[in-house]
Amino acid sequence: MSSAALALETPGGRFLRRFLRERPALLGLLLATGVLIAAVGAPLLAPYEPGANDFDALLVPPLTPGHLLGTDELGRDILARVIWGARTSMQAGVFATLLAIAVALPIGLTAGYYRGWWDSVAMRLTDTLLAFPFLIIAVGLAAILGPSLGNATLAIGLVQIPKIVRVARGEMLSLREESFVAAAIADGASDRFILLRQVLPNIMNTLLVQATVIIPIAIIAESTLSFLGLGVQPPTPSWGVMLTAAQPFMAQAPWLAVIPGLAIVVATLSFNLLGDGLRDAWDPRGRR
Amino acid sequence: MSSLLAVRDLTVRFPTDAGPVYAVDRVSLDLRAREVLAVVGESGCGKSMLALSILGLVPPPGEILEGAVHLDGTDLRRLPDSALRAVRGKQVGMVFQEPMSALNPVFTVGRQIGDVLRRHEGLGSREARTRTLALLSQVGIPAPGQRIDEYPHQLSGGMAQRVMIAIAIACHPKLLIADEPTTALDVTIQAGILRLLLSLRDRLGMAILLITHDLGVVADAADRVMVMYAGRKVEAAPAEDLFDAPQHPYTLGLLGAVRHPGRVPEDGGPRRLREIPGLVPTRREPADHCIFFPRCPRADARCQAELPALQTRRPEHEAACFHPGRGPSGSAP
Repeated sequence: MSSAALALETPGGRFLRRFLRERPALLGLLLATGVLIAAVGAPLLAPYEPGANDFDALLVPPLTPGHLLGTDELGRDILARVIWGARTSMQAGVFATLLAIAVALPIGLTAGYYRGWWDSVAMRLTDTLLAFPFLIIAVGLAAILGPSLGNATLAIGLVQIPKIVRVARGEMLSLREESFVAAAIADGASDRFILLRQVLPNIMNTLLVQATVIIPIAIIAESTLSFLGLGVQPPTPSWGVMLTAAQPFMAQAPWLAVIPGLAIVVATLSFNLLGDGLRDAWDPRGRR
Repeated sequence: MSSLLAVRDLTVRFPTDAGPVYAVDRVSLDLRAREVLAVVGESGCGKSMLALSILGLVPPPGEILEGAVHLDGTDLRRLPDSALRAVRGKQVGMVFQEPMSALNPVFTVGRQIGDVLRRHEGLGSREARTRTLALLSQVGIPAPGQRIDEYPHQLSGGMAQRVMIAIAIACHPKLLIADEPTTALDVTIQAGILRLLLSLRDRLGMAILLITHDLGVVADAADRVMVMYAGRKVEAAPAEDLFDAPQHPYTLGLLGAVRHPGRVPEDGGPRRLREIPGLVPTRREPADHCIFFPRCPRADARCQAELPALQTRRPEHEAACFHPGRGPSGSAP
């Protein structure tokens, strides 16, 4: 591409061109979209109700006619449950991430912008939160509020807050030194304008990459909590719940564990690949 | 004649781990309407801090310790934040040194100029766009209809500086503060930017406070000059008189360190640039003696004991020195 054409390219165009060249990122985008479609369209896509029993086909292996991925010990269709499980996982992943960003972003941005006592308080609070192991918080919340998908999501989101506070604060600290922030102040811009209109758009890409890092962590965390009985409760389908249920049948029906395990791997990997691709495409130091 | 901008005894202090540092030390200046006042001095002599302190933009933890800044009779230092924001960008425009980093990379040129118009003039987006197009052609940007939708990285340095100037003059300010507006640009571009600033001064009738270390820029553009050294004002004069009859040894040192391409010295030999030995000192306390004496060839016991006051030596020409003039026997130091 000629340099003249490059110079006329918008930031968005340049990003898109670079992103489309990243094969792993495209694969990630494809798989993540698939997981999202499964989550949103579960009622339409799943061949059976997730709780429907087929007592003529208990523990049938994959590729059995009528049950593409086999059935479990109660004759429930594994494909249907994996698709519904995607819905559970994505709910936990997306809502925990949104919760964390909604709480952490204002704290991080204002701490980095105003510094001073508020910065100290915010940083000590995040340090305190970081000192609690994730499972302790999750067990504590489940004990107080009762185990459920909502409470598991709350615990997962809570634990991610410090990371986003730190990222947002760090970005703010470096942007605060940019001339365009000084120029905006010199042009009479208010703090609100500077935070929302000058700084926030400049960190959207970092936030989006951060979200693609947190969503897979949240998916794994949801599966972990459900596996331990602290999250989604049976018979609601969740990949973690399916893994728990698979344990007694590991020898006769390994697919009961392998299939939800693969689903977790695919969902997690897709977001990680997507995040790496986004970061590389946005990185101004990267190759053209 | 009353002045548009009157700064009195302005002092800016930065607390550091090693104690306070005085970046600006009791500086006063007057700027009349439509006048171009250049502030010159070495790096670190406090001229940028002086410019920033006028609009209350001293970066924390720095603070304005004392002094008054009157713009058209209003003491800016007494204004509450919201009123000061209404002055910034509206009555006083500001142009910075690095045009590329002073523009926000994620927004188009038009959006960034329009922001100022929307903020201070309450324009709707269509009116703002019309005004922005007019501003772009006013600052000499060709094909404004195309440039308005471009991003900062698509502009050259000179173009970006013209956009910054468009932002600064968008609301017809009475005063433009230009902090090293040409320093980051190619020499060939510098002259164009300088010419633009002067023509805008004539057309819009605004005064310009021009911060620079480039005496060539001063000679081309300034009506009056103020020389700063280590946070102090050491000399002020009409531009011509400063070059004709510099009074302060520091000013003489600055003039001696300027290149004159094409000019052959009288003795025909190669002309050596003279440097001023030593560095600008870090000021830990307000001056109580001449701050230039460690680097000054004329320094004597009095310079170390007493603070020289600014004294009028020639018409409208003042200097703070006990041994002013071309030198003891007429020779440059």
